[in-house]
Amino acid sequence: MSAPAPSMFSPAAMEVAQQLGLKMRRANLDEFADTLFGLARADRNVIAVTSDSRGSGKLGPFGKELPGQIIELGIAEQNLVGIAAGLASAGKIVYAVSPACFLTARALEQIKNDVCYSDNPVKLIGISAGVSYGALGSTHHSLHDLAALRAINNIDIVVPADNFEARSAIEVAAERTKPLYVRFGKAPQYQIHRDGTEFEIGRSIRLRDGGDVAFIATGETVIHALLAAESLRGKGVSCRVLSMHTIKPLDAEAILSAARSCRAIVTVEEHMINGGLGEACASLLMQAGVTPRLKIVGIPDEYTVTGIQADIFRHYGISMEGLAATAQSLLR
Amino acid sequence: MSLTDRQLQLKSLRLRRRVLEIIKHAGAGHTGGSLSCLDILNVLYNRVLRVSPETFSSPDRDRYIQSKGHSVEALFVVLADRGFFPTEQLETLCRYKSHFVGHPTRKVPGIEQNTGALGHGLPIATGVAIAGKLDNKDYRVFTLLGDGELAEGSNWEAAMAAAHYDLDNLTAIVDHNTLQITGRTRDVCSNEPLDEKFRAFGWDVRIVDGHSIAQLTEVLSTRGSESRPGVVIANTTKGRGVSFMEDVAKWHHGVPSDAEYAQAIKELEDAIARMEGEEEGKRKNDIGKMGGWPS
Ligand SMILES: Cc1ncc(C[n+]2csc(CCOP(=O)(O)OP(=O)(O)O)c2C)c(N)n1
Ligand SMILES: [Mg+2]
Repeated sequence: MSAPAPSMFSPAAMEVAQQLGLKMRRANLDEFADTLFGLARADRNVIAVTSDSRGSGKLGPFGKELPGQIIELGIAEQNLVGIAAGLASAGKIVYAVSPACFLTARALEQIKNDVCYSDNPVKLIGISAGVSYGALGSTHHSLHDLAALRAINNIDIVVPADNFEARSAIEVAAERTKPLYVRFGKAPQYQIHRDGTEFEIGRSIRLRDGGDVAFIATGETVIHALLAAESLRGKGVSCRVLSMHTIKPLDAEAILSAARSCRAIVTVEEHMINGGLGEACASLLMQAGVTPRLKIVGIPDEYTVTGIQADIFRHYGISMEGLAATAQSLLR
Repeated sequence: MSLTDRQLQLKSLRLRRRVLEIIKHAGAGHTGGSLSCLDILNVLYNRVLRVSPETFSSPDRDRYIQSKGHSVEALFVVLADRGFFPTEQLETLCRYKSHFVGHPTRKVPGIEQNTGALGHGLPIATGVAIAGKLDNKDYRVFTLLGDGELAEGSNWEAAMAAAHYDLDNLTAIVDHNTLQITGRTRDVCSNEPLDEKFRAFGWDVRIVDGHSIAQLTEVLSTRGSESRPGVVIANTTKGRGVSFMEDVAKWHHGVPSDAEYAQAIKELEDAIARMEGEEEGKRKNDIGKMGGWPS
């Protein structure tokens, strides 16, 4: 009856992924939910706090098995973050789980004051981030969250690219005593990292090396950069690809090294180009006196085009084809 | 020409069918809440609101702001039926570059405000109502809230302000279907009893059957009592009109499978046929009482 929804990947991109031996895995959301469930089983101090979001957060089974470790507050995100701060201050290991759009806009003051300023180490989990909720419109997009939280002291920001990064971020979070924001989407992801890769907050992961263009990408855009790099290889363009999973603190060393080794830089993020990863890189490079050609790929400051996530990505050039074209135009 | 209660009931059935058609076509939508508020919107747009495609830009028009924006499919089909735009445009719901996204936006003719994040409609409506008082206008302002939505504190901040400013031009309608995404609102994080809360906040409270065209018409056509904002708590059934969707939380944003869709459409079409049959029988009976057609 209705036409099939467009895929996140063109047939050509899927072919390149296959050549690279990449396997499609589950959504980072599922990986998060399982990881948190495991942590909570092992430690009854681990608490999930939700705002009518346990279904969207895939925490239904968690709630059934560990009803005492899930605090449900109804549709009240400000309350969610305030209560999470209180729980954390009393020694609980708290994951506050809500759609990224509401968590970081509605409850921004609670994040700034009750979590960050008062230094209550809540783990803020922004689900269905970026334009995951595509066709629900801008109320449901979080294209401001990285910018908003970058402007707040005492919080780290992690945007995992694949299941490995998602699992690692959620696990590492449990041990940390500093506020943390992790955001991811709900679409299945290719596994981009090899077994045995190391994950450390603040330390990007280099996926391949090259001297012409460096793609510095974050979150679920990394795969598109990787595919673009592979497609450019056939055209004699060699690319470095960094998975910049931590937006704050930024991995300055890796960014400077990429800029010194490559002729051009393309940053990629599922976020407005104002105030996100790209501007963070530009600011760092300018102030260090390193000035490669640079293009920031993200969602521009306009009324966001309507459609599902795949439509929006394609429209703004967050695709193998789009990123390869952007890189080539920078080299010209 | 004004429609009878029965004609509006029939229209509600047809609009429910249309809601399912567009959700099935888009492959996405908020089914349960659209079906629960449909009779409310039908009565508002066909009996109560002084607004039409021609008067939509008039500063004197009545305003309707849908705070529970996710039930946009109900609003879209009612607006299309009232001629704000051709109903075929709804085939583009959720498509690339379509203005018909999954929540209300002002790009669509007839829509007052962009909503979708819950807890925004009542403050905006309160602002429009205050402006109406400042400008000595007699327009009325309506907003539709979900019962789960009432957990958002912004609603209660606006409720205090609306009472403070004596906004008898403001009517909030609560789609009281007792469900939200996770389940029963009273089990999730109860905000009951809603009537006593609104009364304590200085509001005029009325409780109706949210599927009764007659009751909805009566309460929505009249303002709350002198100098108080009014709230209509409309007791509804989420998923109303489709047996297997009624009062089942998972249909909040469930999209029916092909078989479920066929079953749902059949139920609605049977109900439509029954009502049309009764209408026809009634018409014949009336003609009979008149002693046949005048020759
Ligand atoms: C601020 C905000 N938080 C969360 C959501 C996600 N959400 C959409 S609908 C919904 C449940 C709404 O329940 P209710 O208000 O009872 O509406 P209804 O039952 O009429 O569908 C939720 C949590 C949202 N749209 N806005
Ligand atoms: Mg409800």
